[in-house]
Amino acid sequence: MTERFAVEMRGVVKRFDDTLALNGVDLAVPTGAVYGLLGPNGAGKTTSVKVLTTLIRPDAGMATIDGIDVVAQPDDVRRRIGLTGQYAAVDERLTARENLVYVGRLFHLGTTEARLRAGNLLDRFDLADSADRVVKGFSGGMRRRLDIAMSLIAHPSVLFLDEPTTGLDPRSRLGMWDVIEDLAADGTTVLLTTQYLEEADRLAEQIVVIDHGQVIAEGSPDELKTRTGGALLQVSIARAENREVALSVLAPMCSGRVEIRDDRTFEAPIVAGDRVVPSVIRALDDAGVDVLDVVVRRPSLDDVFLALTGHAASGEEEQS
Amino acid sequence: MNRLKLTMHDSLVEAERHLRVIPRNIELLIFATIQPIMFLALFAYVFGGSISIPGFDNYDQFLMPGIFSQSLVFGSAFTSIGLAEDLSKGLVDRLRSLPMSRSAVIIGRTVSDLVRNLLTFCVMLTAAFLLGFRFGGSILEALIATGLLVLFSYALSWVQALIGLTVSSVEAANSAGFIWMFPLTFVSSAFVDPSTMPSWLEVVANANPFTVVTNAARALYNGLPVGNDAWISLLWSVGLIVVFSMIATRKFSQSTSS
Repeated sequence: MTERFAVEMRGVVKRFDDTLALNGVDLAVPTGAVYGLLGPNGAGKTTSVKVLTTLIRPDAGMATIDGIDVVAQPDDVRRRIGLTGQYAAVDERLTARENLVYVGRLFHLGTTEARLRAGNLLDRFDLADSADRVVKGFSGGMRRRLDIAMSLIAHPSVLFLDEPTTGLDPRSRLGMWDVIEDLAADGTTVLLTTQYLEEADRLAEQIVVIDHGQVIAEGSPDELKTRTGGALLQVSIARAENREVALSVLAPMCSGRVEIRDDRTFEAPIVAGDRVVPSVIRALDDAGVDVLDVVVRRPSLDDVFLALTGHAASGEEEQS
Repeated sequence: MNRLKLTMHDSLVEAERHLRVIPRNIELLIFATIQPIMFLALFAYVFGGSISIPGFDNYDQFLMPGIFSQSLVFGSAFTSIGLAEDLSKGLVDRLRSLPMSRSAVIIGRTVSDLVRNLLTFCVMLTAAFLLGFRFGGSILEALIATGLLVLFSYALSWVQALIGLTVSSVEAANSAGFIWMFPLTFVSSAFVDPSTMPSWLEVVANANPFTVVTNAARALYNGLPVGNDAWISLLWSVGLIVVFSMIATRKFSQSTSS
C-alpha cells in the first residue's frame, strides 16, 4: 500500500457548462503538512476546494480525505474537515460565542462540550473581549478569525482555507498569517489557496501551482523561486561615468545577464536569499562607485507564471 | 444517531438560531406587529360601511378571517428572504460542509418562521377582538380554523424556501417572495364574494387554494357549516409540503455560494 495522504486528488475533472474548471487535477497532501494552492482567478483553486469539501461532485477522477472518498462517503468526510471559504461564513445576527456553539452543536458535540470549546477558541483567536457582541459590528479581520475558529470547533484533521486573506487590510493580513502559522505548528493539515506568492511563500511548506484547471508545477517555495530565476536586483548609481566599472563589478555577482535600464540604473536576476545586497553595496563602494539605491524585487505571481507557462497570470473570473 | 433523530436535532438547532435573534431586532418586531393591525383597521373602516355580504350581518365577521389568512400567507415570505440571506453570505457553504442533515437548514428556517407568524397572529387576533370581532362557534372550531390557516402558511413557506434558494440575491428574494402574494390573496374570497367578480375571474378565485383555506377558516370562526373546505384545504397544505420539501431540499443540496 502506498503512503496515506490527508488530502488526495487523482485526475479530477469538473466542467461547468462549457468551461472546464478542473482538467485532471492531481494533488497529494501528507498528514500534518501545510500546502498552498497558488494560481490566478479562475485557475480552479476554489473548485478544487469545493470538490474536496463535498460541496460539488467531480465529473471524473477521485478525491479523498484521510483515504475516504468524498463522493461515496460525504458525511464521513464532513466530520473530518473544517472549511473557511472566501466569504466569512458567520451569522452576523449572532454573537461570536453563539456562532461557535451553534456550529459545534451541528457537529453533534453536545452543548456543554461545544460551549467549552467555544470558550477556548475565543481565547486562542483573541476574540474573548468581543465574545458576547453581535458579529455585525466586527471588522473584516475579526470575522475571518471567528470563521477559522468555527472551522476548528470539532478538531478537524484537515483545514481548508480558501483565500484566507483576500479583502483584508495589510494589518489584518499579518494577523491572519500568525494565526495560520500557529495552526501549522499544532500539526493541523492545512490546504490553503491564494493568489499571492508572498503568502504561499510565508505559510506553505509546499506550493502547488495551478492554471487553467491543471497543476503546472509543484515544489517548495525555494524550488519554485529558483525555477523562476529568483529575485531581481535593481541598482542605481550616482554618476553615469561609473557605468562601466559598475557593470564589471555586478556581472559576476548576478545569476544572469545585467540589463541596462538607463545610464545609471541596472537590473539583473539574483538567487534570492544569498546576502547579495550587502556584498553588492560593499563591492561597488570598494570600486569607488557612488550607490544611490539598491532594491531587490521578489518574484511575483506574474513572474512565476511567466517562467512556468510563458504567459502572465490571467485575471479570469473564478468559476463557482 | 439515526437519520430522523439527526434531522430533528439539527432542525431544532437551526430554528433556535433564527428565533434567538427575533428579540434583537426591535424595529422589525414593531413593524411586523403594526402591519397586520393596520390592515385590519384600514379594511374594516374603509370598506366596512360599503360592503355587505349575503349571509353575514356584519362585514367584519366576513373580512377579519380573510385578513388573518392573508397576513399569515404574507408572513411566509420571510422564508425566502432568510434563506437567500444565508446563501448570499456564504453560510450555505459552511452548512453544506458540516455533517448535518441536509433538510434541517430549511426545516429550521420554516419552523422558526412559523413561530414568528404565530406571534403576529396572536397580536392580530387581539386587535380584531378590540375592533369587535367575535367567534361565532366553539373555541375548538376557532382552534381548528387557526390550525388550517397556520398550516397553509407553513406549506407556502416551503414554496418560499425554493424561491429563496433559486433567486440570486436577497433583493430578488424580497420581490419574488412577495409579488405573487398579491394575486394569490386578492383574487380570492378573502375580501369580497367571488360571485361579484367578472365570471372568468370568479372561476380563478374559486379554484384558488387560498379561497378554500379562507372559506374553511371563516366558516369555522363564525360557527357556520364548513362542508368539504376543511378537508380540501388540509390536503392542499399537506400536498404542498410534500412536493416542495422534496424539491427545495434537493435544490439546497446543489447550491453553493457564487
